[in-house]
Amino acid sequence: MEIRPIFASLRKHRIPAILIVLEIALACAVLCNAVFMIGKRVGDIGMSNAIDESGLSVISLDGTDPKLAASDIPRNLAALRGIAGVQAVGATSTVPLSGNNWGWSFGLKSDSLVSDKGNTNLTLYFLGAGADQALGLQLKQGRFFNADDYADSSMGSAALPVTHVTIVTESVAAQLWQGKSALGQVLYSKPSYYTVVGVVANVLRPYASTRSAQRSYAATFFPLRAESTLSSYVLRSAPQDRARIVREAEQKLGEVNPSAVAKGQTFSDIRDKYFADMRSMAWMLVLVCVVMLAVTAFGIVGLTSFWVAQRRRQIGIRRAVGATRGDILSYFRTENFLLTGMGVVIGMVLAFGINVYLMQHYEMDRMPWYYLPGSAIALWLLGQLAVLGPALRAAAVPPVVATRSA
Amino acid sequence: MFAYYLDLAFHSLRRNKALTALMVLAIALGIGASMTTLTVLHVLSGDPLPGKSAQLYYPQIDPRDLSGYVPGTSEPEPQVTWIDGMNLLRAKRAVHQALMTGGTVAVQPAQSTLDPFYESARYTTADFFPMFAVPFLYGRGWGGAEDDGSVRVVVISSQLNDKLFGGKDSTGQMLQLGDTLFRIIGVLGDWHPTPHFYDLNETDYGDNEGIYMPLSTSQDVGYDHDGSVNCWGNGGGGKRIDHSAPCTWLQFWVQLDSPSQVAAYRSFLVHYSQQQKALGRFQRPPNVQLRNVMQWLDYNMVVPDDVRLQTWLALGFLLVCLVNTVGLMLAKFLRRANELGVRRALGASKHALFAQLLVESGVVGLAGGIGGLLLALLGLWLVRQQPASYAALAHLNPTMLLMTFLLSVGASLLAGLLPAWRACQVTPALQLKSN
Repeated sequence: MEIRPIFASLRKHRIPAILIVLEIALACAVLCNAVFMIGKRVGDIGMSNAIDESGLSVISLDGTDPKLAASDIPRNLAALRGIAGVQAVGATSTVPLSGNNWGWSFGLKSDSLVSDKGNTNLTLYFLGAGADQALGLQLKQGRFFNADDYADSSMGSAALPVTHVTIVTESVAAQLWQGKSALGQVLYSKPSYYTVVGVVANVLRPYASTRSAQRSYAATFFPLRAESTLSSYVLRSAPQDRARIVREAEQKLGEVNPSAVAKGQTFSDIRDKYFADMRSMAWMLVLVCVVMLAVTAFGIVGLTSFWVAQRRRQIGIRRAVGATRGDILSYFRTENFLLTGMGVVIGMVLAFGINVYLMQHYEMDRMPWYYLPGSAIALWLLGQLAVLGPALRAAAVPPVVATRSA
Repeated sequence: MFAYYLDLAFHSLRRNKALTALMVLAIALGIGASMTTLTVLHVLSGDPLPGKSAQLYYPQIDPRDLSGYVPGTSEPEPQVTWIDGMNLLRAKRAVHQALMTGGTVAVQPAQSTLDPFYESARYTTADFFPMFAVPFLYGRGWGGAEDDGSVRVVVISSQLNDKLFGGKDSTGQMLQLGDTLFRIIGVLGDWHPTPHFYDLNETDYGDNEGIYMPLSTSQDVGYDHDGSVNCWGNGGGGKRIDHSAPCTWLQFWVQLDSPSQVAAYRSFLVHYSQQQKALGRFQRPPNVQLRNVMQWLDYNMVVPDDVRLQTWLALGFLLVCLVNTVGLMLAKFLRRANELGVRRALGASKHALFAQLLVESGVVGLAGGIGGLLLALLGLWLVRQQPASYAALAHLNPTMLLMTFLLSVGASLLAGLLPAWRACQVTPALQLKSN
């Protein structure tokens, strides 16, 4: 296909040509960034979490008398265990993605203070006896807490527990002790210190960070005897039993603790709620992308149709002197291909610029390079699709048009 | 003349319905999307207390120790300690001042038909109500005497009053919170400052509290507090904070009516910091901030990033739609070269043609504006179905309604400029000859 005549003709119709290029460029720039944002959110929503999410129900109990916790908690656990279908129960201080975070900064030197710079902020999950099984934590190295660990650990109203053992996630182990085994290592916050006895697969914090996976999994676990800090009850069951178990558990805890408020939900609900904003943002981005592509396509159809109408006579002449239908068709398609090509080149530069701007002003990562050619190809296809209709109409112009005056 | 152009415009627009529809739709989509996001942005960056917020200030001081201190770079603490809060409150250097924190209390309804439930509470001091110009439906707020005496009184919101007492005047009734009985002395009127500016630890755009009680009472009864705590030195955290602990966990607001009062209060804060440093309580040099409500919201970047991003995205989308409309109008106007040539030959000036074509773009813009308005209403309805805390606020107000049409007509006139100019360049003789 000879492209010189196409350029010659485009030079004569400079304004419409520039408009198509501009429109493609803008669409490409917005599309790249929007799709990147969608991808990021979809990734965040699906962040893995090594507990038995599909079988968990969580009941929070507030308003109990802290002084009676030592007897209340075992009684509540026994009551929950009695519900049909419950496989394991345990009490914890909080659960992943609940938004209820207890964090502290630890150092690796024996004189580390909580306020030291360079400390690592970690979430503290307090587990009552049995909560590790109820949550379905996956042990990777070392051991879980034993009965003595639970019995010896207390907290009262202090910020840190009185114990010397802890379990960390794989992410924490890799971050703090690169390459070395985490077992036997110590977290310090003067005057407390905690020796790592086990490493579990990555569990999310109550607040997941959308910026770094490392921060999202910065969690530690501590044993705790029956104290009021353990205000969440986790129940494990078959997935289909959860709705009923939440209902019965709320009722049962309400009966046993008349002055307290028991509120339950399945872990799937907690996760859905946590990511609800993100999900709706992703859908809205999808909507914008689809509508924008449609508008762009219609714009191309409109302009090319006008173009074809304007050049009916020339097309007729070409046909009369021997051009086939296919020649006419490929003329318009090549023309569109060139215009879209120019558009996406400008668009990719623009998309990169927007990404850099957004990175400076918003929580945004650098866009991986493959988003650029990806959306370029998408727009190329869109352009070809949009031009097909008008091009077919052009190809249908009979040669006899050449003999008529315009 | 204008009426004639309008008539011409309608005539021409009717002639090519598909193209007209395409243009109107493109503008409507662009306007609809941008108006939806702009309205959300407008509502979220709104003034929580119009007319009053400029006089409300949030004093910040820096009581921390020297650990991690870098001279000149750090912001003062975002909240105050119990000791500083009480000192500033008792100094009474402002027109009004209130110290506060949030909490959650278990409401035990007297009626057996209602289960116990949790309600968010505000523990504050007497000036809270006059300072924030809080309207009362029944009763009143409390005074300094109740603060000093830790009296068991509460003020409740009208929603809670509806829930517990069916909307009747409940002042004088008793309300059981946890194990303690309180006397209701006031019911708030319709009061929903958004964002929840006075304590941004609570959801920024959530509803305000159901229960208000004297701060001293909350401490006396021993309620836990909700919100962020920052401790240093050997301060311990926990839900119940020792009053002497080096922890900041309270918000302190003042009302200052004139610039001279603001200046005086700022120097008072500096003096106070110096005095505390001399006493050995503070270790850092005086570092104070005095922001009013809007500055405080700005500083805390209350408007969600997602909302700003959506606005940018929608404006980008509008731009795509506009370029698209420019192209379509160009096609439309150039196609009428013959007609325009005839008008030129009959004596119409280029100006007149230009005006005629712009009227036509204006009509497209107006139609697009109506379509955009419908789409924006639909978009806002969709936003209201979202789970975000600000969702319920997404409503179109008259300003934004007017803005929709201005933006739409303005945008389409802008889009019409280039095509109209281009179409006016026709040489009448050439056009007539080719016919």
